[in-house]
Amino acid sequence: MILVQLAREFVELFGSLAILFLQSVYWTLHGIRTGRFGVKNLMDQMSRIGVDSFPMVAITGFSTGAVLVVQIGYQFTQLGAQRYVGGVVSMAMARELAPILTGIVVAGRVGSSIAAELGTMKITEQIDALETMATNPVDYLVVPRFWGCTLMLFFLTIFTNVIGMIGGSIVAVNQIGLTLTTFVDSILQNLKIQDLMGGLFKGLIFGALIGIIGCYKGFTTEGGAEGVGKSTTGAVVLAIMFILAVNYFLTVGINNFNSAFLAS
Amino acid sequence: MIIISNVNKRFGPKEVLKGINLKIYDGESLVILGPSGCGKSVLLKHIIGLLKPDEGQVLIDGEDITTFDQKRLDALRMRMGMLFQSAALFDSLTVEENIAFGLRKHTSLSDIAIHHIVSEKLEMVGLPGANHLMPSELSGGMRKRVGLARAIAMEPEIILYDEPTTGLDPIMTCAIDELHLSLKERLGVTSIVVTHDLQSAYRIGDRMALHYGGRIVAIGTKEEIVHSPDPLVQQFIRGEAKGPMTLL
Repeated sequence: MILVQLAREFVELFGSLAILFLQSVYWTLHGIRTGRFGVKNLMDQMSRIGVDSFPMVAITGFSTGAVLVVQIGYQFTQLGAQRYVGGVVSMAMARELAPILTGIVVAGRVGSSIAAELGTMKITEQIDALETMATNPVDYLVVPRFWGCTLMLFFLTIFTNVIGMIGGSIVAVNQIGLTLTTFVDSILQNLKIQDLMGGLFKGLIFGALIGIIGCYKGFTTEGGAEGVGKSTTGAVVLAIMFILAVNYFLTVGINNFNSAFLAS
Repeated sequence: MIIISNVNKRFGPKEVLKGINLKIYDGESLVILGPSGCGKSVLLKHIIGLLKPDEGQVLIDGEDITTFDQKRLDALRMRMGMLFQSAALFDSLTVEENIAFGLRKHTSLSDIAIHHIVSEKLEMVGLPGANHLMPSELSGGMRKRVGLARAIAMEPEIILYDEPTTGLDPIMTCAIDELHLSLKERLGVTSIVVTHDLQSAYRIGDRMALHYGGRIVAIGTKEEIVHSPDPLVQQFIRGEAKGPMTLL
């Protein structure tokens, strides 16, 4: 009985997220077609979502790259495989760690803030006010946040990769005893463009998930301050769960795609 | 003319509107009185299409707006303005941006023309020069007045007021009432006002309706309401805790 209830709730949630996603796409196309796409609004959101997340993402990327080199570097050195350190670390970062960690950091920082902002707007009747002024809330509120998250996660994932490699190279040179040339050569020889592109594609999907889930949780806020708190926490938990679950399917899909079309 | 015909609305087990029937004539001010939580704001939200009734019709100029698609509903809303109970100002926008929101979105007026309209509306509500303040810098009464300026910015034909004078001092309440009357005189605006403030209701209402238990239990002119023999009406206008009207 409980399982049936849970399954029903999941289907309802999934359906609601899918509807909000489709509405966002519709209003994006509508905005482009009518020439009324809110570019300024989008730029504001990209700045808030992306630029303000840079410090946290930088620390996460740097730390992850550095720790990976420490963990892998000593083992590989003992096996005489130092020249693979850069390649393995860069592949792990590009394929999995950069998109996943960036997604989790942004879900915590931005997903929660979107849910809190829209949730407060909901309970203070600001969303109703938008509608009374013949303005669709999805068009005005969701579209810029959805695209802001999607696009900025893409760029933040690139940034995490770069910072991770900088962190890794500093540790590799100063602690593991590799030369910078060996480390960089290893990256260039082993890291393939499809590794990078696969990770960046994941970044796009995770960004879309964070944006849609944050907006959905904000729009469905009920009650007062307590309701906003619940939505905020719910947005972060749900976004991280979705990121981790979707990551598995994306990894399988990207690997199959690479095997089918890019195998060399 | 606005006709609300047999409107029912239920939220979960709670039946908020139970077959409401009401007519609001063009250019009149109808004041809806009633105890807190009886569904007066819900009724207003049906008139502007924010809520759809479970049963019944809301006819504006003969057309049932409950059957309207989004496009027609938006076209109708351009003719209406609403002042919310909490003012519902957009937190992230300045006072000027709040008032100019509809003008920027739905007209091709220049920035200078919009600025002039905003300044004129702010002057009307007694807040000249407040253009660049943020909502967080305003007192409750000021927020309400900015909300009113925003509601009248597009010069609507119908204005819905959800407790417009709650939280205002008596002088400002009177000023808002006078503004209400001048809008009615100057633009022939149809107004529906939800309020608890009887003094204000007597000043602005052409007719008054008492909403209780999900129904309109009395409707009439000020004199008819004041002299109504209905014990519900008498209890409400005398503000007595004891009587047939129970606390919700």
